[in-house]
Amino acid sequence: MASTANDHSPSQTRQGPKLPVLEREKLILNGRSYHWITERICGVLENRQPLLWWILFIPCALIAMIGVGLGLTYLVSTGVGVWGMSNRVFWGWDITNFVFWIGIGHAGTLISAVLFLTRQNWRTSINRAAEAMTIFAVMCAGIFPAFHVGRVWMAWFLAPIPNSNAIWQNFKSPLLWDVFAVSTYFTISLIFWYLGMVPDLATIRDRCKPGLRKALYGIFALGWRGGNRQWSHYEMAYLLLAALSTPLVLSVHSIVSFDFATSVVPGWHTTIFPPYFVAGAIFGGFAMVLTIMIPARALYGLQDLITMKHIDNMAKIILLTGTIVGYAYLMELFVAYYSGAKYEMDAFKFRITGPYWWAYVAMMSCNVLSPQFFWFKACRENLWVVLAVAMCVNVGMWFERFVIIVGTLARMFLPGDWKTYSPSWVEIMLFVGTIGMFLALFLLFLRFLPCINIAEVKWTLKESDPHHDDHHDHPDHGTEVVAAYQHELHAEGSADAKA
Amino acid sequence: MSTTRKRVYGYLAEFSSASALFKAAEKVRDAGFSKWDCHSPYPVHGLDGAMGMKRSILPWFVFCGGTLGLITGFSLAYFTQVEIYPTVVQSKPANFFTIPAFFPIMFELTILFSGFTTLFGLLGLMKLPRLNHPLFASRQFHRATDDAFFIAIEARDPKFSPEGTRRLLEDIGGKSIELVEEED
Repeated sequence: MASTANDHSPSQTRQGPKLPVLEREKLILNGRSYHWITERICGVLENRQPLLWWILFIPCALIAMIGVGLGLTYLVSTGVGVWGMSNRVFWGWDITNFVFWIGIGHAGTLISAVLFLTRQNWRTSINRAAEAMTIFAVMCAGIFPAFHVGRVWMAWFLAPIPNSNAIWQNFKSPLLWDVFAVSTYFTISLIFWYLGMVPDLATIRDRCKPGLRKALYGIFALGWRGGNRQWSHYEMAYLLLAALSTPLVLSVHSIVSFDFATSVVPGWHTTIFPPYFVAGAIFGGFAMVLTIMIPARALYGLQDLITMKHIDNMAKIILLTGTIVGYAYLMELFVAYYSGAKYEMDAFKFRITGPYWWAYVAMMSCNVLSPQFFWFKACRENLWVVLAVAMCVNVGMWFERFVIIVGTLARMFLPGDWKTYSPSWVEIMLFVGTIGMFLALFLLFLRFLPCINIAEVKWTLKESDPHHDDHHDHPDHGTEVVAAYQHELHAEGSADAKA
Repeated sequence: MSTTRKRVYGYLAEFSSASALFKAAEKVRDAGFSKWDCHSPYPVHGLDGAMGMKRSILPWFVFCGGTLGLITGFSLAYFTQVEIYPTVVQSKPANFFTIPAFFPIMFELTILFSGFTTLFGLLGLMKLPRLNHPLFASRQFHRATDDAFFIAIEARDPKFSPEGTRRLLEDIGGKSIELVEEED
């Protein structure tokens, strides 16, 4: 099934000069066949899990149960006071965590939708895992505002349902917009994720022996047959969902930023917040994708499917969005200075020189300085460097939200409200619990669902183009394919390099 | 009353590659068949044209769904907030000029309704979920989701004939041609 490198070489019938066209780097290495792709991806969930899976899963699941399960039980049964909500910095870690997790959830939809619309075919190897990550991150995020309302059994008041008091929600409030945005985002992401998975679930169904397992995968595969009369509608649905998700993903974090920006609090009341939050969300989301995909790739031997090219692209996106975030940080400072507004200037002075200066330094160094390593090709190609930078960004993005929330609420207009904030143990427990929950859910995803989009990866192979061998019908494109410079630099990983 | 009679579903023929499938599909289309389909592990580019299929009508459903969502979002926010129970919070008025504040809700509900219409519209158009299908009785069809390309021509097609259709499939390069039967 391996394609030859000369499939696209033009015949000699055409006269005149030829345009040199850079050969595209292969998305799937070593000329793998369709069947190999099926075997390798299905093998992840059909074979016995490696020992490391259990070593990671058991502690993560325990942390999730203790942190989220026990933490929430204690919180609800005692009252939100134990969450450190009896002082002015009531948003503390809770909303920091909410914004942190929601931000992480943005890379999935970005990879699926925006990169789909812009025809970035490299997305096919990573979109499934990134979408799963989105779903799990939004689940983690949802916990915080739901319980932050105080009496969680009254959380249904957020839904626009007629109630006996005949009072409706305040539709002018960004907090209610947030309810709509986050719940829509979760629903649409889930639909997108599931629909994208239907053909792959059918692949697994067709490989199973008859039994419960086949029945379960069969039910979720909906009886998919891969007929073109299905694919035709399916592709249209996928395109529509991508087109719907693209503005949605931008809207969600914009609306999250409205929670801050529509207030009159110095340091929050800025128009730069929506794009700044969106760039930060993409930035943090890609870092989390790298953080979990690099180990998963090594653990399950997916190097031919998730290649260095994919990691290189993601590193470049991190560099780009990290630089946008850095620009936003500096612009925020400049505008505070340029506004001449005393409160605005004091708010930023407090962030930098106040008791939380270390959080500001952590934010700046992790988010702005650490991605700068990605200017260098050697750094983008060293997985340890990539992983270290991604971890830095994860930490830095959490600190960004901490700086914004705590660094502002600790110094509001009334000096009587001033407080040096430290989290309560329940706050810490819940945050650690959601990390465990996120990782445990992701490990379960690897165990039970196809972690790479099988159908779309097959689609990116050269022989999947029905016209790839039509030299007789289309003798000449007027172009000449020249080897990509990456191939010249790297004999490794390009078995088809025209040496 | 149990019978073991079987009804012919149609012929299933395998093709070696996406390009072979594409060229074969053009010939089946030109032979005038209507109840047939190409099965492939991934969507083959341009096969809609080769099969003589029209563009999917799903976008129209989604447009209607999205419009309904927009109207729902507007009505929900405007009528409850301005007409039924005017809510003045932080001395912000509730009147006609409040509408821009409802845009986020209108936008989100447009997307939400469109998303649901896409999901259910798609299932309707694909006639899924349908967990059982005669093709699943085939001994080779399971490879359609792995690495094989098939054309299935149904017996209920007016052009179908046991010999003629088989010969057509052989002529256009079909391999391991199989008569698929379903239990009556």
